[in-house]
Amino acid sequence: MYRVEIAKAVRRWRTWIMATAFVAIPTLIVVALVLTSEPPEPGEGPPFLRLVEINGVFASLVGLSVVQPFFLPLATGLLAGDAIAGESSAGTLRYLLVRPVGRLHLLAVKYASVVTQVFAAVAIVALTGLAVGGLAYGIGPLPTLSGTTLAVGPALLRVAGAGLYLVLGMAGLVAVGLLFSTLTDSGPGATAATVGVYIVMEVLDALPALRIIHPYLLSHHALAFADLFRSPIALDGITRGVIVDAGYILVFLALTAVLFSRKDVTS
Amino acid sequence: MSVLATRNLTKHYGDQVVVDDLNLIVERGELYGFLGPNGAGKSTTIRIALGLVFPTSGSVEVCDVPVFTTVRSDGPLRLVGAVVEEPAFWDYLSGRRNLELFARAAGPPDDRTARLAQIDEVLKMVDLEDAGRKHVKAYSHGMRQRLGIARALLGAPELLVLDEPTNGLDPQGMREVRRLLRRLADDGVTVFVSSHLLSEVETMCDRVGVLSSGRLVADGPPSGLRKASGSVVFEVDDGAVALGILRSLEGVVVEDEAAVEASTGAPARLRVRLAKEVSAAQVNAVLVGGGVGVGAVRPEQERLEDAFLSLTEEPDSHEWAPHAG
Repeated sequence: MYRVEIAKAVRRWRTWIMATAFVAIPTLIVVALVLTSEPPEPGEGPPFLRLVEINGVFASLVGLSVVQPFFLPLATGLLAGDAIAGESSAGTLRYLLVRPVGRLHLLAVKYASVVTQVFAAVAIVALTGLAVGGLAYGIGPLPTLSGTTLAVGPALLRVAGAGLYLVLGMAGLVAVGLLFSTLTDSGPGATAATVGVYIVMEVLDALPALRIIHPYLLSHHALAFADLFRSPIALDGITRGVIVDAGYILVFLALTAVLFSRKDVTS
Repeated sequence: MSVLATRNLTKHYGDQVVVDDLNLIVERGELYGFLGPNGAGKSTTIRIALGLVFPTSGSVEVCDVPVFTTVRSDGPLRLVGAVVEEPAFWDYLSGRRNLELFARAAGPPDDRTARLAQIDEVLKMVDLEDAGRKHVKAYSHGMRQRLGIARALLGAPELLVLDEPTNGLDPQGMREVRRLLRRLADDGVTVFVSSHLLSEVETMCDRVGVLSSGRLVADGPPSGLRKASGSVVFEVDDGAVALGILRSLEGVVVEDEAAVEASTGAPARLRVRLAKEVSAAQVNAVLVGGGVGVGAVRPEQERLEDAFLSLTEEPDSHEWAPHAG
C-alpha cells in the first residue's frame, strides 16, 4: 500500500509543480545574490544569507530557513490535509476500505507517504542550494557561528542533520493535518485548517505575553537547527524541539487512529 | 451455507431509524435482488455489510465470519468485491493503472504477471480492454460503471455486492451487465445487487428482498412478487359489440368502460372482473356465440409497479411471502 501511495504521488501534476517550486526557491536566492553588487547588511534577509558568498554550502541553509516558516508548512498542510479527505471526496476511500485495506493500516501508510514527500521537498531544497550555491561561490570548509571552521564532510553532515530536524518538525504538523483530514470530506478545508494551525502557532510564538506557552508550540523550535552550526553543537534547543515534535506526532496520531477507526464512512 | 447474513441489524442516525431490525440471508450462488425506493436504507445496509458504517446494534456475517468495522486486510471482506453507489477512481490515472493500484493496495505483493493477467481478464469481461489505457477522467458514465464492476471482480470474490450497477448504462449496456451477473451467478459467485428498477430485478434475480423504511417487507422468488389482480383480460376483435354483450351478463363488470367505448368497431382489450360463480370460459363462450372473435383470455397480473408500491407503502397489510427471518 505504501508503494501504491508513492506510485500515485509521482503520477500527479501537483507533485511535480511543488518539486519545481522547491527547486526554484534556493535557485532564485543565489541568482539574486549573484546579480546584486551590494552584499546584504547584517540582520537583513533570511538567516545565513550574508554567508552564502563566503561558502556555497550556506545556500542550502538559507533555502531551508526561507521555506521553513511558510512554504514547507503550506506543502505539508496540502499533502496531509488531502491524504484522507481527498480520497473521501473522490469517493475512493470507501473502495480502499472495502478491498479491504485496514483503517489503521491506511492511516499509517498515508502518514508515511506524506512524511516521505515532505522529506523529498526538504532534500530538494538542500541539494539544490548546495548545487547552485556551490556553482556560484564554491564549496569549502564551513565557518561556524562560533568562529571555528568545519571541514566539508562534517559540514555537509550537519546540513543533512538540519534538514532531518525540519522534516521531524513537519512530521508533527502532518499528524495534525491527518486528524483534520479524517474529520472532513473536503481536502482544501483540511489543508486550510492545517496551515492555519501552523500560522496561528507562529503568531502566538511572536507574542511575548504568551511566553508561557511558547515551548509547546510546534513552530517555536523550528529554527533551532542553526545550533548545529555552532562549535561545539548546542543541543539544548534541538533536544527540546525533538521532544515537542515527538509529542505532537504521538498525541495527534493516536487521536486520529481512535476517531478514524470508529468513524462511519458515508462519503 | 449463507454467504451474507445480517442479524437484527439496526442503524440509527440520531432519532431516525435507517435500518430496522433487518434479518437477511443470502445463500451461496444466489443472485439476490435488493429492491427498495430511494431512502429505504439499501445503501446504508450495504455500507454496514462492507464495514464502512457501524451498526447501532446487530451484526453482519460474510461466509459465517463477522465483519468487524475496523476491517483487517485478512478479514472476510477479502472474499467480497463491491460497487458502492457511484464508482469512484483516481481520475488522473488510466483505468488499467487504477485497477492495478487497487489490486496492490490490499493484498500482499503477489506475482505481477498474474496480477496483470487478471486485470486483462476483468477488463475483457466488462468489454473495456481497448479503453484500459485511457485516463479515467475521459471515461463516460457507462464506462466508469463497467470499470467499477471490473474492480469488484478483482481477486475472484465469492460475493459480489453491487449497488445499482446498471445506473447510467444504455439499454444494451444494461443487458450486458445483467448477462454478466447471471453468468457469474451460474458459475457459483454469489451476487447481491441493489436496484430501484423493478423489471431489472424481476428478469435477473433468483430471489428478491424488498426494503421499505429500513425493514424487509418481502423476501422470495420474483415470480411471487406480483399477485393475480383478480381481473381477466379478453382480447377481442370488436370492442363495442363485446362490451354490449358483457354488460348484459350477470356477475360481470367491465373495468375502464370509457376507454373501450372510444374504440368502437376496433379490436380492444377488456379488463373484466368476474363474480365467483362466473368462469372466464363461460364468458368466452357467450362472446364467441355473439359473433365476437376472442384472440386471448388471460388472468391479469398486478402491475409490477403496483406490487412494489403496495409493498413499500403499506408493509404491514401485505400478505405476500412474509420473510422467514
